[in-house]
Amino acid sequence: MYATNYHRASSVADAVRLKGASEDGKYVSGGMTLIPTMKQRLAAPSDLVDLRHVAEMKGITVSGDTIRIGAGTTHAEVATSAELKAACPALCHLASQIGDPHVRHMGTLGGSIANNDPAADYPSAMLALAATIVTDRREIAADDFFTGLFETALEDGEIIVAVSFARPERAGYSKFPNPASRYAMTGVFVAKAAGGVRVAVTGAGSNGVFRHGGMESALAGNFSPDALAGVTTDPSDMLSDIHGSAEYRANLVNVMARRAVAAAGAV
Amino acid sequence: MGAEGIGARVARKEDKRFLTGKGRYTDDMVVPGMKYAVFVRSPHAHAKIRSIDASEAEKMPGVIAVLNGQQLLADGIGNLICGWMIHSKDGSPMKMGAWRPLAHETVRYVGDAVAVVIADSVGEARDAADQVVVDYEELPAVTDAVTALQPGQPQLHPEAAGNLIYDWALGTSEADTDAAIAAAAHVTEMKIVNNRLSPNPMEPRAALGIYDSAEDHYTCYTTSQNPHVARLVMSAFYNVAPENKLRVIAPDVGGGFGSKIYIYPEEIVCLWASRRTGVPVKWTSDRTEAFLTDAHGRDHVSTVKMAFDSDNRITALKVDTIANFGAYMSLFSAAVPTYLYATLLSGQYAIPAIHANVRAVYTNTAPVDAYRGAGRPEATYLLERTIETAARELGVSPAELRRKNFIRSFPYQTPVIMNYDAGDYEASLEAAMKQADWAGFATRKAEAEKRGKKRGIGMSCYIEACGIAPSAAVGSLGAGVGLWESAEVRVNAVGTIEVLTGSHSHGQGHETTFAQLVADRFGVPIDNVSIVHGDTDKVQMGMGTYGSRSGAVGMSAIVKALDKVEAKAKKIAAHLMEADESDVVIENGELKVAGTDRSVPWFQVALSAYTAHNLPAGMEPGLKEGAFYDPSNFTFPAGCYICEVEIDPETGKTEIVQFVAADDFGNIINPMIVEGQVHGGIAQGIGQALLEGVHYDPQSGQLLTASYMDYAMPRADDLPSFQVSHQNTPCPNNPLGIKGCGEAGAIGSPPALMNAITDAIGNNDLTMPATPQKVWAAVHATH
Ligand SMILES: Cc1cc2nc3c(=O)[nH]c(=O)nc-3n(C[C@H](O)[C@H](O)[C@H](O)COP(=O)(O)OP(=O)(O)OC[C@H]3O[C@@H](n4cnc5c(N)ncnc54)[C@H](O)[C@@H]3O)c2cc1C
Repeated sequence: MYATNYHRASSVADAVRLKGASEDGKYVSGGMTLIPTMKQRLAAPSDLVDLRHVAEMKGITVSGDTIRIGAGTTHAEVATSAELKAACPALCHLASQIGDPHVRHMGTLGGSIANNDPAADYPSAMLALAATIVTDRREIAADDFFTGLFETALEDGEIIVAVSFARPERAGYSKFPNPASRYAMTGVFVAKAAGGVRVAVTGAGSNGVFRHGGMESALAGNFSPDALAGVTTDPSDMLSDIHGSAEYRANLVNVMARRAVAAAGAV
Repeated sequence: MGAEGIGARVARKEDKRFLTGKGRYTDDMVVPGMKYAVFVRSPHAHAKIRSIDASEAEKMPGVIAVLNGQQLLADGIGNLICGWMIHSKDGSPMKMGAWRPLAHETVRYVGDAVAVVIADSVGEARDAADQVVVDYEELPAVTDAVTALQPGQPQLHPEAAGNLIYDWALGTSEADTDAAIAAAAHVTEMKIVNNRLSPNPMEPRAALGIYDSAEDHYTCYTTSQNPHVARLVMSAFYNVAPENKLRVIAPDVGGGFGSKIYIYPEEIVCLWASRRTGVPVKWTSDRTEAFLTDAHGRDHVSTVKMAFDSDNRITALKVDTIANFGAYMSLFSAAVPTYLYATLLSGQYAIPAIHANVRAVYTNTAPVDAYRGAGRPEATYLLERTIETAARELGVSPAELRRKNFIRSFPYQTPVIMNYDAGDYEASLEAAMKQADWAGFATRKAEAEKRGKKRGIGMSCYIEACGIAPSAAVGSLGAGVGLWESAEVRVNAVGTIEVLTGSHSHGQGHETTFAQLVADRFGVPIDNVSIVHGDTDKVQMGMGTYGSRSGAVGMSAIVKALDKVEAKAKKIAAHLMEADESDVVIENGELKVAGTDRSVPWFQVALSAYTAHNLPAGMEPGLKEGAFYDPSNFTFPAGCYICEVEIDPETGKTEIVQFVAADDFGNIINPMIVEGQVHGGIAQGIGQALLEGVHYDPQSGQLLTASYMDYAMPRADDLPSFQVSHQNTPCPNNPLGIKGCGEAGAIGSPPALMNAITDAIGNNDLTMPATPQKVWAAVHATH
């Protein structure tokens, strides 16, 4: 790791100011992705602006049918929140499957979606739940937020403050972990809401998280695992590596989708 | 046995410091003026070094020196060597290419060291290492051994034409074996691949070299399983320093699994660099360096023919194996696919004709050497997959086919050197089948079917050779060293005891088991017994720990020394009690005249030995004895493992629902520690069969599995709760009747698991690791 300057931000505005004043600074939340990258010398920010102590970025609120989760909320907090369990248990389940206890107590929702690792779990939930990504300067629809492998619509210096979404009628998440890293080799989040059914797939697509149109239309009329029997996934859009071929991942997309639908209870 | 004696489940003495973070490992060592080494490593699998320009690096802050291979050569530091000579079947010696601690002409694998930076901090050393400019001329690379043997492939070493190190054969003549196969009623043929593994000890390798110019003396702290061998080799072959001027200390070592037997470039370079720079130099591997440069294990490709007569008796076995050695011949590499592998190809079976041919091959990959089991897992996997397949082809139960062919009378001479001394293979098979409820499997399978799961069961009957090894025998087979062990028992004046051993503990629990041996003999509490190991200044000489030798060989040496101490103690006690020496017995910490109430406590005898006021006439003062023990044979642990799995056909994921291990390790000193060894071994075996595998890109030679993001280690939730039991046929050839248990788990488990998976899916065409994707594809292929 190269030397860097550490700053603790007290508010969102303070964080934006600190980063703006730095030469080549970066925000750090849980540090679960950024710090290992720095240790391997693949990232060398001049300054680290720590978002972990910004109160306005923390916590989970369910008001009426709207759920809001602060970007600084850890995976462990999401996994164990009683309020969220009542409103959207699939998201609690998703968070409980991320990494190990250490990672879950450090890593944050905001860090995860800002990073947009093609094998991360949260991006699929954000897309399927039609979440709104709230930043220090605007609101971005999840559909416009994830733009490619490790790419998002965030501008330089823009901070994710929170995400919000409408309580789904039903939602489910099913993940097949990579045997080595335990990130998603394929993870499918399905959500049925007033606006219809949305299916988002992470870990498998060669261009990162994506919505599965074929599955969405199949489930729109019949929200059951059987409805997916005939839906295919094109292997040519899938990732291929030593852990799984494109064909294998295409198969997993179907299997995980059926299991996610089966797991999606009414809430 | 006593609460702390032989056979007692004594909690490990050493665990207090390990579990509270107070172990003292090489990287914990800090000496005044110490500086840090970072190696500049080749990013290419194969390249010529045109030039190395360190001028910018040398100007960087904190940098003390940047050293290269030319300087190392000029200072007379020798090549790394393989210490076991194998002759090809045409009589020619193996073709060993030069391995320089720092390459100065050619790099042959990604990670090959070309220069070293010494600086005030690791960070500064790394910054400077990034600035060392090495001009490479890239050469084509080859990573798999089968390809490397083909014409027109990149050539690694001028000494080894066609990349062939040796072409070696063992056993029955090929003609006789072929004739037996031709006459057979049935022949099972298979291609068997044994996947390449990374050893992954929890503690990465490290070395601290300290040169003392006043005494012209070197000290090396290093992560070694055999510090005395390290000293011998560094002294005799690498010309680092004469033995009397070189002290090697292996303090607490966090696991080795074989990978810390060998002498690597880094410790040599740290010692040499310390002399050149005048400062102590420490290097600690990071995890990526460990993946790149720790000696890998396994990597065999074999074809096998197993022939049967019409009564299903095995009449012949023919094996052809290609072993990938990587870019250089590591210290014991030559012995692994020969005398540690082909000699075990009889397994537990009476096979009249066995012919094995082994070709060892250079490739542009990390060196390959012994890894937990070393050769025996490869032999067991090959045999046990083949006999299971034969049972399926012949339509007989796998247990019956094995039973029919078991060796039942001992000693038994195999056609491949080994002479089995004792065993009862049926007993372990019976015990395992009973514990696994083999008979109830069909019901369980039907029940699983209802849940959409494919259930399968598989077994493996392994034998291995431990307690390495009779020195004269291994000498005649090419070993450069003897494989005896030494011990010294020092009784202090107050009766506490130090045992100095040439064995080295890096997780095995010697501080406990060795102390139990002494407690058992003299009736002293184990807290009064300290085990001293791992320092060439304290222990005179030793051969270290690997090949499950510390029990069978190391403890046998201690027993010999204890015998001598006991004899002298009895003489002293007899003198003190004015009794006949032959009437003295040791009971509950006292020396007694049998059948009387006359006794002297143990400490009194020890004190008398040192006050020397009243010793038998002519007796030397003191109570300290040493012994060397050279075994007369290998030992042969054996057993039967049964694994039951459920496969999710939609994802190919395997769940191990039951794992039974029935082992015959002979007599057992501490059952708890033995079970721990079995658990760890099975976990590693399951790792090999289900998860682990080193992958190189075949074109570029880049290591694709250089971190835990891509190299899948077994985790607790990949493993079931193991059911372990022991059968016992004591080893007749050593005083304790023990055989060794350190590797059995890793040897016996992979074939049991692969037999179970292939049984479940009804497709035998599957290689390790049986990843979900491969199992899914195999399930798919049968439909
Ligand atoms: C061993 C291990 C296992 C893991 N397993 C999984 C897994 O199974 N599934 C999974 O999904 N993830 C997994 N992760 C990743 C984990 O979820 C990370 O925590 C997450 O990807 C990043 O969150 P963080 O808070 O640690 O972000 P950081 O590492 O602090 O930051 C990551 C990036 O996001 C930026 N950033 C952080 N917060 C914000 C913000 N509020 N606004 C804008 N930019 C921001 C940073 O500048 C940086 O570029 C694993 C990580 C580890 C170490």
